[in-house]
Amino acid sequence: MSRVVVDVVLKPEISDPQGQAVLGALGRLGHDSIRSVRQGKHFVLEVDGTPDEAELKQIAETLLANPVIEDVELQLTTD
Amino acid sequence: MRIGVITFPGSLDDVDAARAVRLAGGEPVALWHGDHDLKDVDAVVLPGGFSYGDYLRAGAIAARAPLMQDVVTQARQGLPVLGICNGFQVLCEAGLLPGALTRNSHLHFRNRDQVLRVERADTTWTQDYETGQHIVIPVKNGEGRYVAADADLDRLEGDGRVVFRYVGGNPNGSSRDIAGVTSGDGRIVGLMPHPEHAVEDLTGPSTDGLGFFTSVLKAAVNA
Repeated sequence: MSRVVVDVVLKPEISDPQGQAVLGALGRLGHDSIRSVRQGKHFVLEVDGTPDEAELKQIAETLLANPVIEDVELQLTTD
Repeated sequence: MRIGVITFPGSLDDVDAARAVRLAGGEPVALWHGDHDLKDVDAVVLPGGFSYGDYLRAGAIAARAPLMQDVVTQARQGLPVLGICNGFQVLCEAGLLPGALTRNSHLHFRNRDQVLRVERADTTWTQDYETGQHIVIPVKNGEGRYVAADADLDRLEGDGRVVFRYVGGNPNGSSRDIAGVTSGDGRIVGLMPHPEHAVEDLTGPSTDGLGFFTSVLKAAVNA
């Protein structure tokens, strides 16, 4: 069994109102040192057999993330 | 003229869209997302709602539905397609229209009657309007903020592919007040506000939405 972790975040040039709302809340709570917050999505996939990296990359880049506005990062760990 | 309306699990406005087609004088044809059958329709409407619960991203899973594969193929060959709200999100996710729809900048769901300026009155779905005309139709969305990289927005504007802009306040923080865009050939149009909710005096703020459906009928006759 392999574990694949896919992180998806908005590209830097796309504004992230959810992240900004969290940043605003942190400021109100006195955490003045936090400069910025970007909110994203974290997917964990468990894969049977030998994972096909090309297939996983395709899944991550075409379905899990919207390549128009999001960057995607893929980490693979095999037990 | 046969205008197909696709129902996805979670579609809400498919019946209203079919009703708008009928009021305009067309024949609505119910289409099912899981089929591979477009039933020889002359055009397709992707209605509003929350397809597949919008669980991954708004419109993302619907864009990969079996019938959408046929829509994408035929749309690239010239089949007219209108995407309203969730349908617009589906068209962007399917790559038929540029850009993406994201969470509203104020993070609230927003519903109200909305003034739009028609920027392009020569698309398949807008030829019964005039360029510069103001129309009033409802808007209701939580993920309606139209975004794209600045260079892509510049290209869109340069190519005249912005069809509608918000007037009198931008309900969701969309880039450059963009409410709707079109494909290069003007046959595919997507917008966040709901023309199908403005086709009768009794139930809408105006009947300004009817022009979408009369436009495509005219286009089909002239095709």
